[in-house]
Amino acid sequence: MTPIEIGIVDDSLSAAVPSAASRRAANPAALPGNLLTVNTISMLTLVVLLAAWWATTTAGLIAPLFLPSPQSVLGKFWLVATKGFMDSTLWQHLAASLGRVLCALVAAIVLAIPTGIAIGLSRVAHGILDPLIELYRPVPPLAYLPLIVIWFGIGELSKVLLIFLAIYAPIAIATAGGVRQVSQNRLRAAQSLGATRFQLLRYVVLPSAVPDILTGIRIGLGTGWSTLVAAELVAATSGLGFMVQSAAQFLVTDVVILGIAVIAIIAFALELSLRALSRRLAPWREQGIS
Amino acid sequence: MSRLVIDQVTVHYPGSARGVAALEDVSLVIGPEQLVVALGPSGCGKTTLLNLIAGFLQPTSGRILLDDRLVSGPSAERGVVFQDDALLPWLNVLDNVAFGLQLRGMSRAEREATAHRTLQLVDLVGFEQNPIWQLSGGMRQRVGLARGLAADPRVLLLDEPFAALDAFTREQMQELLLRLWRKIRKQIFLITHDLEEAVFLATDLILLSPRPGRVAERMQLDFGLRHSQGESARSIKSGRRFIETREYVLSLVFAQREVSTT
Repeated sequence: MTPIEIGIVDDSLSAAVPSAASRRAANPAALPGNLLTVNTISMLTLVVLLAAWWATTTAGLIAPLFLPSPQSVLGKFWLVATKGFMDSTLWQHLAASLGRVLCALVAAIVLAIPTGIAIGLSRVAHGILDPLIELYRPVPPLAYLPLIVIWFGIGELSKVLLIFLAIYAPIAIATAGGVRQVSQNRLRAAQSLGATRFQLLRYVVLPSAVPDILTGIRIGLGTGWSTLVAAELVAATSGLGFMVQSAAQFLVTDVVILGIAVIAIIAFALELSLRALSRRLAPWREQGIS
Repeated sequence: MSRLVIDQVTVHYPGSARGVAALEDVSLVIGPEQLVVALGPSGCGKTTLLNLIAGFLQPTSGRILLDDRLVSGPSAERGVVFQDDALLPWLNVLDNVAFGLQLRGMSRAEREATAHRTLQLVDLVGFEQNPIWQLSGGMRQRVGLARGLAADPRVLLLDEPFAALDAFTREQMQELLLRLWRKIRKQIFLITHDLEEAVFLATDLILLSPRPGRVAERMQLDFGLRHSQGESARSIKSGRRFIETREYVLSLVFAQREVSTT
């Protein structure tokens, strides 16, 4: 082996394992001289917000009816978690809400991914399905909720259906986009290895679209969650939205704030876990490979 | 031993200016153990020619035959290596190399054994389980080469395979390709716009001229053969005959350019 070859082999070995240093260099927040990362600044913002809330309420600047103190919300949290509010504990309300979203999500994934693939691959399916989806997608779910209630009553089906519709469109659209963007060379490479049409779909098109499908699920779940809470405001006997709504009717402001906080935390957790899943399933996207 | 015949092929792209063909009346034979390199500037139709042989494109007139059978679409008998590697990032190195065998329905144990042997050919032993997005450009290109070889095609087509690599890696890959060609005894068709690469690798050099794409010159060379028989690349490339040939081909390229601009 010549010295030049040795040098190149070394180089490729180090390239095989991206070092922490090269990753840090890509992040502008970690430039020398910047001691605070974006995450630290974000945490500090939340801490300042919480402190301001605590200070204004403890000093009695705002009546508890309008803004209860963080301590009393925390106390209410314990009470609602153990004793319950409106015949259900916090966990039962949470389980009711999550159950609805989960049902709708599973149904949406099962139906929207094949729809998206069909739209992405077939001109006819695109022509038929695209206007249907685009027709209802921009309409706020609460606008067609009355119609769903007239058709399907005020039971679970209506609520799940409403959330399903909110999740379905983003997943179908994202899947179609991912399917259409499959790299031509990847398809050609598989064809020149002897792939059949079905094999192209199974081994190239679908895996290529996975990151886009996950993005669709993430967006869909976000809109689905906000739709759910709205749906429960209208007709429900349990759920986080229902809890907030009935607390507001009795002016129990600390339960209202508690409910909003739980809704926000769940939304945030869903978002983060889907991002983590996306990083796990499609790590090459982080490296700029589509 | 296979024989690929390109017989009076013309390609007009729909919508292109009337009369200007991407390829016009190109005939070519790629026989056993030949390493045919098509050289030309961009727009000379060399990618079109490769896509025709691969079956990605159909000629407007003329035909392409592999062992007397008409080429009508892509198939595993004509393997392709792309400039941008076109690997599947959700598979590791070994599974990428074994991909063609998987499509053929070969059992996991069998295809992994074949993939492993092919990785030895391209000096990538020890990287089987690495995700391909962790590899350098040169290593990815070797995985692409191994993937093409593992499927055991009759002809291997290379679409500017080393164009995106740095100069050192490129030379290393050229030498690797010659060693492989010697070992596997398959016919190779490679397109490039790199003059020195073309002269160094080719047993048969086809110079294409643009607008319309035509074969401007054919030459038989032996530098690649000499290298695969053991002569060092440095001594070949610094030799008088190599430099003269390179300058000659360069003068042909310039001559064409003057013709096409006047």
